[in-house]
Amino acid sequence: MTALEEAVEYATVCTLDDLPTGLGRAFVIGSHRVAIFRTRTGKVFAVADKCPHKGGPLSDGMLAGEQVVCPMHAFRFDAAGNCDQPSVCAVRTYPVEVEDRLVRVGVPV
Amino acid sequence: MPLDKPTLVAEVKKRGLKSVSAVLRELGTAEDEKSKAGLASMLKGLWGAEYIDQRDARFVNDRVHANIQKDGTYSVVPRTYGGVTTADELIRIGEVAKKYNVPMVKYTGGQRIDLLGIKKDDLPKVWADLGMPSGYAYTKALRTVKTCVGSEFCRYGTNDSTALGIALEKKYQGFEFPAKVKLGVSGCPRNCAESTVKDVGVVATEGGEWEILVGGAAGAHVRKTDVLCRVKTQAEAIAVIGRFLIYYRDNAKWLERTYDFVPRMGIEKVRDVIVNDSLGLGEHFDTEVEKTAAAYVDPWLERDKPVYPGQFAAARSIALPVLSS
Repeated sequence: MTALEEAVEYATVCTLDDLPTGLGRAFVIGSHRVAIFRTRTGKVFAVADKCPHKGGPLSDGMLAGEQVVCPMHAFRFDAAGNCDQPSVCAVRTYPVEVEDRLVRVGVPV
Repeated sequence: MPLDKPTLVAEVKKRGLKSVSAVLRELGTAEDEKSKAGLASMLKGLWGAEYIDQRDARFVNDRVHANIQKDGTYSVVPRTYGGVTTADELIRIGEVAKKYNVPMVKYTGGQRIDLLGIKKDDLPKVWADLGMPSGYAYTKALRTVKTCVGSEFCRYGTNDSTALGIALEKKYQGFEFPAKVKLGVSGCPRNCAESTVKDVGVVATEGGEWEILVGGAAGAHVRKTDVLCRVKTQAEAIAVIGRFLIYYRDNAKWLERTYDFVPRMGIEKVRDVIVNDSLGLGEHFDTEVEKTAAAYVDPWLERDKPVYPGQFAAARSIALPVLSS
């Protein structure tokens, strides 16, 4: 499921300074638990904060390039949410906009 | 990272690369989380207080100094030197367990207490209330020095194993290695501390000397230690163990336990380098020990000053704006 298939509203979630470099941070936006990552090269992206494998907190993971590495069993998810393990579902992604150092995340209406 | 460890270390030193991002930028071909973690550990050992700490190179356990559990809570294990505690410490641990409704309080194999089920945002307060330093139970570092009672009380004890165990743990606490390192000190050949299956073990002989042992294990892999040497005094034991630890740290591969490292090098070679100083590195090892000990800072002091945004934060809630129709 991608954001293009459904109506999305954006919420201002935090500033860039709230996001640690090269790491993720957890937010609850409405009813969505979201992990927002900020890479060392400045890209900001967001995925659901729950690993499709066994529910681990992806926000506590590491980054391998632009892949999120789950802290539980090291499964990886790319920017489109796809897992590197064959039998694991993709994780939901959320669109992100950054303007004037404010981070806005789109969640389904 | 296409280079082997000695070449990598030489390049890092030559170019003065003190952070993981610097090494990846100049010597890396791609970025993966295992290389980042291995580099972080290596650089910290190499540069000591000059190391540039980048938390995004570290696994979560090393970012928040606690062991993440299956439900996203954490395990907190305060330091208990040589497995010897006090009534005051036990009371404090008990009071913290009650105050935070800790779901499980458990003794570890390393002779200390584990508080399981602690929420990330409670970590700083728990550490403050405990008032005890980190036990480093969550990472590739010195873990514990397990002891049996020895001559202080035991009727069979031939030397003071608890005193040596406590001294070893105080000296080497916080030392990071390519893999976890577990020590044990037994007060007589009956070896009640199981020192013969530790990374570094010490067993007091019938005559009261300290027999130093290396390369043991008792986990998924079981291996009996090899004998490194015998020494007479506590100070000598601490010194020779320090030399071995630095030799292991600087020559083992990332994730290589001593039970693989020692047989790979061969105990004769290890004995030659450490005991006979065949490579003339003894003074270098001693200097490295002092440098590493001097750079030790209890990571739980970050409770007063987090080092990156959201380090100990619970998920922040954002209410959605009410839509007008």
